[in-house]
Amino acid sequence: MTDTRKLELVCPAGALPSLKAAVDNGADWVYFGLRDDTNARNFAGLNFDSRTAGDGIRYAHDRGVKTVLAINTFPQAGAWERWERAIDAAADLGVDAVIMADPGLMRYASRRHPQLGLHLSVQGSATNHEAINLYRDQFGVRRAVLPRVLSIQQVEQVVRNTDVEIEVFGFGSLCVMVEGRCALSSFATGLSPNTFGACSPASAVRWEPKGDRMDVRLNGILIDRYAQDENAGYPTLCKGRFDVGGETYYAIEEPSSLNAIELLPQLAAMGVAAVKIEGRQRSPAYVAEVTRIWRAAIDDCCSNPTRFSARPQWKAGLNRLTEGQQHTLGAYNRKWK
Amino acid sequence: MLYYWPRDALLAFYANLPHSRLATIYLGEVVCGRRHGMRPEDWTGLARDLAQTGVEVVLSTQALIENDLDLRTMQRIAENGEFLVEANDMGAVHRLAGKARFVAGPHLNVYNPQTLAWLAELGAFRWVMPVELGRDALSLLRRDGPAGMETEIFAYGRLPLAFSARCFTARHFNLPKDDCQYRCLEHPDGLQLTTREGQPFLALNGIQTQSAGVYDLSHAVPELKELGVSRLRLSPQSAHMNEIIETYHGAIQGELSGDALESALAPSRLTEPCDGYWYGKPGIEHLAA
Repeated sequence: MTDTRKLELVCPAGALPSLKAAVDNGADWVYFGLRDDTNARNFAGLNFDSRTAGDGIRYAHDRGVKTVLAINTFPQAGAWERWERAIDAAADLGVDAVIMADPGLMRYASRRHPQLGLHLSVQGSATNHEAINLYRDQFGVRRAVLPRVLSIQQVEQVVRNTDVEIEVFGFGSLCVMVEGRCALSSFATGLSPNTFGACSPASAVRWEPKGDRMDVRLNGILIDRYAQDENAGYPTLCKGRFDVGGETYYAIEEPSSLNAIELLPQLAAMGVAAVKIEGRQRSPAYVAEVTRIWRAAIDDCCSNPTRFSARPQWKAGLNRLTEGQQHTLGAYNRKWK
Repeated sequence: MLYYWPRDALLAFYANLPHSRLATIYLGEVVCGRRHGMRPEDWTGLARDLAQTGVEVVLSTQALIENDLDLRTMQRIAENGEFLVEANDMGAVHRLAGKARFVAGPHLNVYNPQTLAWLAELGAFRWVMPVELGRDALSLLRRDGPAGMETEIFAYGRLPLAFSARCFTARHFNLPKDDCQYRCLEHPDGLQLTTREGQPFLALNGIQTQSAGVYDLSHAVPELKELGVSRLRLSPQSAHMNEIIETYHGAIQGELSGDALESALAPSRLTEPCDGYWYGKPGIEHLAA
């Protein structure tokens, strides 16, 4: 355990108050998106216009925190200019990097704004070093975010075979599918992360109280049915209960979220560059608390990796934030698969 | 090939295809590296046999590459030197770029002409449109995309919608993925998932999630031709595949259309059809009259 490379903490900002919360509580990077479908959290009331983005970037830079703008959806044919404008805006705003998924757009960015740092988004679905090195060779990508599908050993394989910095997800909602490789949402609603920047969009959700139960539908399709004493969750379509072979169960994934805090020493030792916190749709209070806990954990881990263990108060704090939802190591743990 | 079939069944399927009706056969395991009934050299052997019939043979790489073995298999296919290759992830594109002409598969996320132009520069001569795109996007990509790029459309079969690290077939049987007992062999067309009120919704095929309904663009063949599509992909199903091929052949030749086409195809379809994606609607919808 002689690797002293610093593990960076990358935190979400859905709006200016969240950005400040992340900066104030110890983020090394904050990531955010513009108010349209150029980013993968295209939700009503979320994200930045150029004025708030400028304010946020200044706030972060004044405190030594780096900023990365997510332009990580796929430009749709016929609407290319909107994405090009977003790249130009990123360069004008002076962000430290842009996180992107579309090769055509990366080519534009690398040619037009060679000074702009490029990060490969998780939506780029690069799960192996060959794919990551293609983006490096072609566009000079400096960092890649890995999809939440690799085991911890597989993450290490990737790190060992590329000089591109590797960022992994540490905490937040869990995609059970390879990001960028899932069209379930458009199959059900017509809108998907790849085409629209959102999964299971709120506009398609319908709650139907039916006597002593609650049905929840996505564009008319029954995603789950809750009894009175059950906690009804948002109907992300892969987290509903369905029938397969006469059995009703969470056929794809339980409504659980990812928490990899106990893996910090391993991630640091294998040379992972950064840990990402999911949740641009979350409140400033949420972002503040998650950032604070992860900052403490990373500092603890870096100062004494061999004796690190996740403290009970961290776990309790994180559990409170996810309303008692079950936590999992996800794909990092092979058994989950 | 999206499913895991017993080796003998698979070899019989390819041997019995009406080869003269087909422009191209794509071979290889696209979904799961644990499926080992056909080893890479078996696929190559099959490719040689099929090429004898005069059909173009293309070897497809796996869409989700997770481990060293997946990576080595992909590299071996990419560098086979004998057959064309369909790249289904950017790692495969990396191995092929500047070295061999290749097919850009449906899982590469080509949503705009700029990305298509980039792939053309790297050596792609044909691309398969992502399944969630429809005729409007196709028309723009054809208009503004690189000249000379052949276009192929996924036209028939359960739609490949998502890939995961998790095996949903193993999960259904309460088995860990590493000891899945190859249960997908028992479900040659996937395992249907319905909503709690009985609506067929999806199908589980190992780590892949598909549509429960079969995508079917047979009625749109004239429009597809008009848009410059040169190949229609028919995804194999375990029964009646040759009838489906014959019917599509009839539609392409202009011999079958309307009610005659529908009544020829209906008995062979695995499940109810869907086609919403083609019309820019939710994929599950069925709009063709």
